[in-house]
Amino acid sequence: MSSGIPPFSWNLVTDLRDMWQYNFMRNAFEAATIIAIVAGIIGYFVVLRRSAFATHALGHVGFSGAAGAVLFGVNPVYGLLLFTMSAGTGMSLLGTRATNRDVEIGTVLAFALGVGLLFLSLYTGYATEAYSILFGEVLGISDSSVLFTLEASLVVLAVLVLVYRPLLFASLDEDVADAKGLPMRFLSLTFMLLLAVAISIAVQVIGVLLIFAMMVTPAAIAVRLTKRPMTAVVVSVGVALFASWAGLFIAWYEPYPVSFFIVTIAFCIYVAVRAAQALSARLFHRVVRPLGSGGPIPRDSLQAGASRPIPRPSDPVPTETEPAG
Amino acid sequence: MQPSVDAEVIRAEHLDVGYRDKTVWQDADFGVRRGEFVAVIGPNGAGKTTLFRMLLGLQRPFRGDLRVFGTPPTRGNRKIGYVPQRHTIDHETHVESDKLVRLGFSGTRWGPGFSLRAEKEAAADALAAAGATDLGRKCVGAMSGGELQRVFLAEALVGNPELLLLDEPLANLDIRRSRELVQTINGLVRARKVTTLLVAHDINPLIQCLDKVIYIANGKVATGAPSTVLTSESLTALYGVPVEVLRDSRNNIVIVGGEEGHGDEHE
Repeated sequence: MSSGIPPFSWNLVTDLRDMWQYNFMRNAFEAATIIAIVAGIIGYFVVLRRSAFATHALGHVGFSGAAGAVLFGVNPVYGLLLFTMSAGTGMSLLGTRATNRDVEIGTVLAFALGVGLLFLSLYTGYATEAYSILFGEVLGISDSSVLFTLEASLVVLAVLVLVYRPLLFASLDEDVADAKGLPMRFLSLTFMLLLAVAISIAVQVIGVLLIFAMMVTPAAIAVRLTKRPMTAVVVSVGVALFASWAGLFIAWYEPYPVSFFIVTIAFCIYVAVRAAQALSARLFHRVVRPLGSGGPIPRDSLQAGASRPIPRPSDPVPTETEPAG
Repeated sequence: MQPSVDAEVIRAEHLDVGYRDKTVWQDADFGVRRGEFVAVIGPNGAGKTTLFRMLLGLQRPFRGDLRVFGTPPTRGNRKIGYVPQRHTIDHETHVESDKLVRLGFSGTRWGPGFSLRAEKEAAADALAAAGATDLGRKCVGAMSGGELQRVFLAEALVGNPELLLLDEPLANLDIRRSRELVQTINGLVRARKVTTLLVAHDINPLIQCLDKVIYIANGKVATGAPSTVLTSESLTALYGVPVEVLRDSRNNIVIVGGEEGHGDEHE
């Protein structure tokens, strides 16, 4: 879209004002802003609950919902909502955490994609519909879609305010939260439904295939920069906002897809943060591992094999004869 | 029953417990009184954690009567502080320990708005009581086993519980760290009159402080003072095969023979 528009100037405010003279550009910025906020917050819980694969899968399930909606001439976002919320409910029934359910989720995911393909082949319209579901079409968002996105987001944020602390507790320390009487299944279901709504609206901007860039990458960056949940949520939202605004901004001047720029910016920040942390760890030879530098946890720390005693040389008891169980 | 029944925190009578159709142990009778420090000992799979799940109201007994603070256990009892064997916290958990302890205080409250100051003070008190004040700013993912256990202890203490259930807090700690942690816990038991049940593999770091032992093995439960339970006669009766309890010059205990009788220690 480089024809007939004012060229890039270093006065970014003027540039934005130029862009915002166009309705579709205003809509794009509005929708991207709302979605970045919701995705940034929900994404923190995705990372905390290790539900990244479930997020990816929900996006794909949403694809067949959107394709079905297109086939029946309905707004794709309703198909997305129906399918992702149903699948989210199903996943939460698999267990309080969808962590170790890769095989089940993957099986459903493949089936959903197949159904989506069938819907698309039955649809006699243009292939651009499929393209926009898969990769997002932020420049084609209508006024009513922006309004719907805002309404859905307000519902998500209102529910989040109500469940924030219990959901954080249940996500971080499942066993204690359960013993303390929190309704774990209800919280799990609530989270999956919030995730489903967030994905359904985010698809408009970024598409089902690139949903990770909005829902997971910003939060993954945030947890490497701060260990405080509230701060992490703010950083996550900040990264999502920056990536989507910068993506839209660059795409205004360059003839390449917005989604590509958003994904690339998020990816570059992620790589930069990891590289900087790896470098600082190497430079300072810190005994305590910095946040997220990976590496094995110390042997005497929590381990899956915690139930088996480790022979201790300092122990006066002969290790061959097991002391009391 | 004795007149001391009011001070009884836990009372089990003819208790049968298990999972689905498999009974783990049966016909158990035991009581724990207020302010007692009790070790729960036994081989893997004997049903030590099951006992905790029972007390927490997460699981129901098949048969018999179990009372905690005089009533059948219910999930979410605020008088109980619980340190489970964690599966969900590891080196990927990028959260500072102070936040985890605070959630122990406020994590069950819904909706916005309540006193942050109360939460902050409660967390600071609990961290101090667990000897973990200097760990508050540290990320749980970067902690050693001993540090983590202190933070978990603080999280359990934050609501000023009257009963502490500690599941294998000494697992994977070296002998020095074990003894230090036991000292801290024993201090809490004595100073705050917190009744404490601690599941352990090795009784030796604990033995100086214990009031009582609950020994679970072979589908049965034996209970009493350490000096009466940890004898060759009592454990032979429990396992049903010859078991010998040996003591070294420093009064460390070695139990010989029981594990072969049970057979699932190395599964």
